[in-house]
Amino acid sequence: MNLADETRMTTGSFWNDTGKTGISAWIFSTDHKRIGLLYFWSVLGFFLVGVVLGVLLRIELMAPGRTIMGPQTYNALFTVHGVVMIFLFIIPGFQGSFGNMVMPIQIGARDVSFPRLNLFSWWLYITGAAVILTSLFTGGGPPDTGWTFYVPFSARTGTNVSLAVFGVFMIGFSSILTGVNFVTTIHRLRAEGMTWGRLPLFVWSLYATAWVQILATPILGITLVLILAERLLGTGLFDPGRGGDPVMYQHLFWIYSHPAVYIMILPAMGVVSDIIPVFSRKPIFGYKMIAFSSIAIAAFGSLVWGHHMYTSGMSDTAILVFSFLTFIVAIPSAIKVFNWVSTLYRGSISLEAPMLFALSFILLFSIGGLSGLILGAAATDIHVHDTHFVVGHFHYVIFGGSGFAFFAAMHYWLPKFYGRRYAEKPAVVAWALMFVGFNVMYFTMQVLGMKGMPRRYYDYLPEFATLNLVATVGSWILVSGLMLMLHNLFRGLFQGVTFEGNPWGGATLEWSIPTPPPTENFTEEPVVTHGPYDFKGAGIP
Amino acid sequence: MSHEPRKDYAGAKLGMWLFLFTELLLFGGLFLLYGAYLSRYPHEFAVAGREMHLVFGTVNTAILLTSSLLAAMAVTAIQRDARGKTMLLLGGTILCAAIFLFNKYLEWGAEISNGIYPNSPRLAAGPPGESVFYSLYYLTVGLHGLHVLIGGTLLALVAVRVQRRTIHAGDYVLLENSALYWHLVDLIWIFIFPLYYLLL
Repeated sequence: MNLADETRMTTGSFWNDTGKTGISAWIFSTDHKRIGLLYFWSVLGFFLVGVVLGVLLRIELMAPGRTIMGPQTYNALFTVHGVVMIFLFIIPGFQGSFGNMVMPIQIGARDVSFPRLNLFSWWLYITGAAVILTSLFTGGGPPDTGWTFYVPFSARTGTNVSLAVFGVFMIGFSSILTGVNFVTTIHRLRAEGMTWGRLPLFVWSLYATAWVQILATPILGITLVLILAERLLGTGLFDPGRGGDPVMYQHLFWIYSHPAVYIMILPAMGVVSDIIPVFSRKPIFGYKMIAFSSIAIAAFGSLVWGHHMYTSGMSDTAILVFSFLTFIVAIPSAIKVFNWVSTLYRGSISLEAPMLFALSFILLFSIGGLSGLILGAAATDIHVHDTHFVVGHFHYVIFGGSGFAFFAAMHYWLPKFYGRRYAEKPAVVAWALMFVGFNVMYFTMQVLGMKGMPRRYYDYLPEFATLNLVATVGSWILVSGLMLMLHNLFRGLFQGVTFEGNPWGGATLEWSIPTPPPTENFTEEPVVTHGPYDFKGAGIP
Repeated sequence: MSHEPRKDYAGAKLGMWLFLFTELLLFGGLFLLYGAYLSRYPHEFAVAGREMHLVFGTVNTAILLTSSLLAAMAVTAIQRDARGKTMLLLGGTILCAAIFLFNKYLEWGAEISNGIYPNSPRLAAGPPGESVFYSLYYLTVGLHGLHVLIGGTLLALVAVRVQRRTIHAGDYVLLENSALYWHLVDLIWIFIFPLYYLLL
C-alpha cells in the first residue's frame, strides 16, 4: 500500500495529516479513523489465521481416523481456532474497526470522547494477542481445553493455559475500555440536532453493544483470574475434592460468554440496518422498534447464560427458567428480521455487493436463530447438546451473521476511507461462492449433529464419512470465495478508480463529507436536520 | 494530533463512573461465589469466619473511611485553589493507604504462620468448606489490596501534577476522578469487612 500516493489524496484527507511517518503515524495516532483502520487490519489478520486453522480442522475430519494430524494437535487447533476467532477477531472486530471509523462521523463528532484511551485499547488488544500467540509456542504447548477453558481440565492440563488466559484477560480489559469510550461518546458528542431518534441504527447497535461490554466483560475478567489462581495458587474453588464446584465455573464463564455473542452480533445487525434502506431506496421500516430491540437483546441476552448448561447438572427449575428466557430473547431478534423484510417490501432494490452480503445475513442469521431455538428448548437440547449441530448453529449465527455483515461493512464503508472503488462483478461472484460454500459446509454439520456426531471429537464412526467429506468440500468453496473477495476488494482499494461523494446514496452523515474523510471530519460543526434514512431530507434522488 | 480545545468534564466523569461499574462487577463475581458457597457451607463458613482477626479488620475499616474523607476534602480544597492544603490532604490519603497495606501484611503474616493459606496442608486436612472460605478470602482481599495499591499510586501521580500546577481550580477533573476511584476502593471494603469479619 503506497500511503504517500499524493495524487489520489486531497491535501485535507486524514491519510496525510501527521508530521509522523511510517508505522508510528499509525500505532501512535489518536485519530479514530487511523485507530479504526489499525483495528481493521489487525482483526482481519487474525481472522485469516483462524480461517487457516478452521480449514485444517475440516481437512482432518475429511475422512475417519488420522488424516493430517494427531489427536493432541487436533485438540490444540480447535482451541486456538476458537480463541483467535472469538477473542481476536469478532469481539473487537466491529467496535474496534467500523465502530471507530464510522461512529464518530455518523454522530457528527470530531473524534471519540477519549482518543488516547482509544489508542490504549488497541495497544492492550495487540499486546494481549501477542501474549496469546506466545502461549502457542512456549511452555507446555498450545492450550487444548477448548475456547471455554472449562475446569477441572483447564486447571490440570500441562499445556500453556495460564499464559493464554492472561492474554484473553488483557483483551477483555481492552474491550471494557472501548465500551466505556463509546457510551460516553454517544452520550456527550452528538452534533446539534442529532437527537436519539436520529441516530443511525448502526450507532444504536454500538451503544447497546458497549453496554454489554461494560456490564458483562468484568465477569470474564474475574473468571480468568480464578483460572489463574486455580492453576498457580491451588485455590481449589472449582475442585470438588476441596469443596469447590466446577458448575460454578460454568456459571461465571457463561454470565460473560453468552452476552458476548451479542457483542458479536448486535453491531452486525446495525450494519444490516444501515445498508438495507440505502439499497432499497426506502426509509427503514420500524426505526424505533429496531433501536429498542437492540437494547432489549442486550438486556434479555444477559439473563440466558444457563442455556449452555442444561446437561451440567443444574436444577430443573433453573433449566425451565433459562429455557423460557431464551425464547424471550428470540422476540427482539425476530422484530429486527421482520422490520428489515418490511423495509425491502416495494423498495427499489439494487443488488450490489454490500446488499447481497446484508441480505444473506438475514437468511443465514434466521437459520442460525431458528436452530438456536432447538438448542434453547431443554428437551431437544439434550439430544443435540455438544454435537456438530451446536457447531453448525453457532457458525450460522456468528459467521453467517456477523461474518457476512462484516464483509458487507467492508464493501460498504472501506471505499469511503480509501477513496477508491472495487470491481463489482468479482465481488458478486465471490459472494455467491461464499454463500454456497457456507451452506454446504455448515448445513451439513447441522445434519451430522442431528445424526449424533459429537463436537470436538478427533475421530468418528464410518457412517458419518460421506457428510464430513461434503462439509470439507464446502469449506474449500467458502475459502475460494473468501480469497477472491479479499483480492478484489483490496486491489480495488489500492489501485481502483477514485471517486468522490456518495456512491451508494446514503443519507447518514459520513456520506456528506469529502472522500477520504478529512482529519477533522467536518470543516464546521454539522447541524443535523433530517433522520438517518430520510433520503428526501438529505436531498438524495 | 490536534484536539478540540474545550474539555468535556461531564464526559470525563461519565466515563469514570462507567469504569467504576466495571470494577464493582469484577468484585461482583467473587461476591457471587461467596453467596453460592455460603449457602452450601454455612457451618464451615461460620467456624472459619470466627477465626478472622477482627481488630485488624476494624482498624483498617477506620483507616479507609478516614482516607476517603481526606480524599473528598482534597477535592474541596482544590476547588478553592488551596494548593498546599490539597497536597497535605492527598498526602494523608496516601499515608492511610500505606498503613492499610502494612496492616494487611501483618494480618496475612499472622494467618500464614498459622498455616492458613490457599492449598496449605492444614486447610487440605480440614473440612472442604473452610478451604473454600479462606481461598475466597485471600482472593477477594488480595484483589482489593491490589486496588488500594493502584489507587494510592494514582493519587500520588495526581499529587505530582498538583505540585506542578497542571491540576488547579480551573481544571481538576483528574483529581476528582482519582478521588472517585478511591471512594470505590473504600466502598468495596465496606462490603468485604462485614462479609468476612462480622456476619459469620
